[in-house]
Amino acid sequence: MNYEPVIGLEIHVELKTKSGMFCGCPADHFGKTPNTGTCPVCLGLPGALPIPNKKAVEWTIMLGLALGSTVSEVSKFDRKHYFYPDLPKGYQISQYDQPLCRGGKIETSQGTVRIHRVHLEEDTGKLQHAMVDGKKVTLVDFNRSGVPLVEIVTEADIHSADQAKEFLKKLHQIVRYLGISDADMEKGSMRLEPNISIRKVGETALPPYKVEVKNINSFRFAAMAIEYEIKRHATILESGSIPAQETRGWDEAKNATVSQRSKEEAADYRYFPEPDIPPLRFTRGYIEGIRQSMPLLPDERKQKIVKEFGLNEQQATVLIDDERKLNLFESTVLSNAVVSAGISGATVANWIINKVADYGVATTQQVAADIVESQKITVIDESELQNVLATVISSNDKAVADYKKGKQQSLMFLMGQVKRQIPKGNTQQILDALKAALDTQ
Amino acid sequence: MTKSDPLTTNDIDKIARLANLPLNEAQARELTEQVGVTVSYVSELQTLATDNVTETSQVTGMENVLREDEIDTTRMFSQEEALSNAKRTHNGFFVVDRVLEEK
Amino acid sequence: MLIDLPISELSEKLRSKTVTSVDIISECYDQIEAHESKLNSFITLVDRETAIAKAKAIDETIATHASPLAGIPYVMKDAYLTRGVRTTAASKILDSFIPPYSATVHRKLEEAGAILIGKMNMDAWGHGASTENTDYGPTKNPWDQERSAGGSGGGPAAAIAARFCSFGIGEDTGGSIRNPAAWNNISAMKVTYGRVSRYGAIAYASSLDTMGPTAKTAQDCAYVLETIAGVDPYDATSSPKPVPPYTKEIGASSKGKKIALPSEFFGDALDPEIKAAIMEAREVFESAGAEVTEVSLPLLEYGVPVYYILAPSETSSNLSRYDGVRYGGKRSLFTKENKRRIMTGTYALSSGYYDAYYKKAQKVRSLFISEYTKLLSQYDAILSPVTPIMPSKFGELLDDPMKNMMADLYTVTVNIVGLPSLSLPCGFGKTNLPIGMQLVGNMFSESTLFALGHTYQQKTDWHTRQPTLVSSK
Repeated sequence: MNYEPVIGLEIHVELKTKSGMFCGCPADHFGKTPNTGTCPVCLGLPGALPIPNKKAVEWTIMLGLALGSTVSEVSKFDRKHYFYPDLPKGYQISQYDQPLCRGGKIETSQGTVRIHRVHLEEDTGKLQHAMVDGKKVTLVDFNRSGVPLVEIVTEADIHSADQAKEFLKKLHQIVRYLGISDADMEKGSMRLEPNISIRKVGETALPPYKVEVKNINSFRFAAMAIEYEIKRHATILESGSIPAQETRGWDEAKNATVSQRSKEEAADYRYFPEPDIPPLRFTRGYIEGIRQSMPLLPDERKQKIVKEFGLNEQQATVLIDDERKLNLFESTVLSNAVVSAGISGATVANWIINKVADYGVATTQQVAADIVESQKITVIDESELQNVLATVISSNDKAVADYKKGKQQSLMFLMGQVKRQIPKGNTQQILDALKAALDTQ
Repeated sequence: MTKSDPLTTNDIDKIARLANLPLNEAQARELTEQVGVTVSYVSELQTLATDNVTETSQVTGMENVLREDEIDTTRMFSQEEALSNAKRTHNGFFVVDRVLEEK
Repeated sequence: MLIDLPISELSEKLRSKTVTSVDIISECYDQIEAHESKLNSFITLVDRETAIAKAKAIDETIATHASPLAGIPYVMKDAYLTRGVRTTAASKILDSFIPPYSATVHRKLEEAGAILIGKMNMDAWGHGASTENTDYGPTKNPWDQERSAGGSGGGPAAAIAARFCSFGIGEDTGGSIRNPAAWNNISAMKVTYGRVSRYGAIAYASSLDTMGPTAKTAQDCAYVLETIAGVDPYDATSSPKPVPPYTKEIGASSKGKKIALPSEFFGDALDPEIKAAIMEAREVFESAGAEVTEVSLPLLEYGVPVYYILAPSETSSNLSRYDGVRYGGKRSLFTKENKRRIMTGTYALSSGYYDAYYKKAQKVRSLFISEYTKLLSQYDAILSPVTPIMPSKFGELLDDPMKNMMADLYTVTVNIVGLPSLSLPCGFGKTNLPIGMQLVGNMFSESTLFALGHTYQQKTDWHTRQPTLVSSK
């Protein structure tokens, strides 16, 4: 039986604003001493009130625009109620029926993946299991409470683990290019939950169940979890049953998903409009302003470097893979050192692609200096060159013979031998001289 | 949802779970009756026609009340202040009994 | 007694050094020592020495304090966070809660140099109209200690009536500052929604809660409101409208002012003694040159159902934060009445019921706004009673959910629309129990209401009467 996966993704992205979604506490919380970045608002004290962060709203709209979404003219926040120790108010301020953005899409090699909605909410605190005085407890840290969180929900348009990975990489790239989040899955500034089901190939209706998978902290694990689920569902369907609608967790050690305790009843979040926050209304002018100030997206930047620096498609594609690489390229190719040495964009591109692994930390100054150094043209003494050529030719009969027979590789080998003696030699000069010398053999 | 629909103790149990209010049997029975009376009474609103009326969530009429993305150190608590009213703390954390499942 | 003097006079005397703040504070504490045990109005009494020390400091620097409230003793309903001073909302859940921050209103009063002497008894979480739904014992009415002091802010009102302090900060969501004012023979202003910051006030119903002044007279309330009103960057619903100089505008004439008297308020539910007092008040306004006209407000009967959907829904949400993790005790400590409201609210917001209850109530709210807007486009104020009943005997309201709800009949519609309302003493029943009336105005018309109230208080002397308790030994 052939089955087709039907997958939707729910992605959360922590915005790297300076301050919280509803208060002035630092949004930068990773690795900080517990409970040292809180205030009445994000700690949920009696009497505290939320004031929304302007930048967080702008950046969410910007992300929507980058995804081709429609920005709502009117939007608001709503309270989403549930009890959990990491949720200080007993409700999360989120968005229900009037999200900031609706619609949009990301193209993948396996088809279009439509975006259902993009909305803004606040993050919860962090839990950690521990043993204290011999008792099993959970420790709570509220530094992360109140950090702005964007939620992106796709339609169930994804049909394979690979397509999911491709979609995630593209979304990740867009988020980073916009500069709104580090989107680091290991640090939790990007989180994802796939909703997975399968149906017989040819069927168009949505399957009568779906399984949500949590605890995935890399794209690789996302693909593995999806593959695992697809197989698991297929087995169940083959046996005549329908997989249970539930939430499962990815278990890294087992390379499998594990059932989490299923809830007795569906959550009733009792959404109602947040009375402490007046609604938001956006004029077209305001939205256009955000669009104008938006950083260039990956493809736009690719076109730019191809045009401005004469790179080919391949080079440009590799460079935009990570915008730190791209930024390093742009700053290096425009640096005084490189420009005054007359080095081409293509040379800089190749250098960075092939020789700079630590593009996250390498400085423009160092990289520019290295490139310039490598391109230093040293004119070789003619007689010294002839001596070296004579020595190399006489010591490498076989290679010379092979070259005469037509093996280009032997030429390269002989070049290498010569360059070993004259490392800083002008490659072109050496090559011409070597060829000429070989021709007389 | 109308005057003739009384609330059952099942309803009350479900609401109590949603509201995280542990109730014993006696409390559940009493609340079933009293909440039922209130709900019956407020259902009177159903007799008012509101077909083309928009809800009012807020009487201020204000919109777009936002703050600049700045850190406000004047309101921030030290770790000690943040923990000062908690019954159980450990090494700078708040402590609760082990939670078993994801939310 | 010094404390009988209006704030304006006390302030003058302090500056001319004919009286010291220490004198005033000492007198208050003497009163408290003599009579508080009969009333139970305080939950937390500030230590006498601490208050005296503050008073001394103010006396020494009185010339540098611009505010007329400097050196004046006040109390706060225990729903306001006061840094370092226990705040309980009259619930065992917060019995040992010491706030690490202060409400904006408290901060403003401290900056003005006013002297906090106590956190006052109330119906827990604001749930009630009689200060009986409290974990700290009911507050007794100084006019008759077998009766309730009203609610939910019975503590501050009883304290002002008993001359324990000059003014109080109350809170009104459905009548909580007006009802106790009427039952204690004092004045109170339920402000326009958004006029005063809610930051640091324990929330009952977020879209209805207002923070306001209560004192012996309208003029005293005006002094306090001038200090506490204004926009707050920590409250997104606080209004940026400038605060008028209420105490300067309070002398405005009532001549030509149009007052509406809605007939629906004077039905069978209303105690005849209260009705008689309002009719007398009508004549006082007319003698001051105002025009009083009978009108209709047909939506009145739907006020209580709307309120008892909106308020419980919002309180069920606002009380979710009390989970015992970061502060406070267990949720099982909520009182029966608290649980009733939380459950009703949870039900009204729950899936399948939201449209029929919460959303419906929000729609009827729009109807109320239209009706009041229309009426107040033709009139400067609406005159009505505050409660349908005289101060109740203990147990009468708490044990009867319907009666409890109906006590709010005349006050809740004002909160639903967000309008201001000034509660004033207007007479006494034959057993010497006080009667109050309220003047409701347009959004941000506190100045007009203060002026009407001030005129009334210059032509009458109800507000000068004291419970016999005050002068007894």
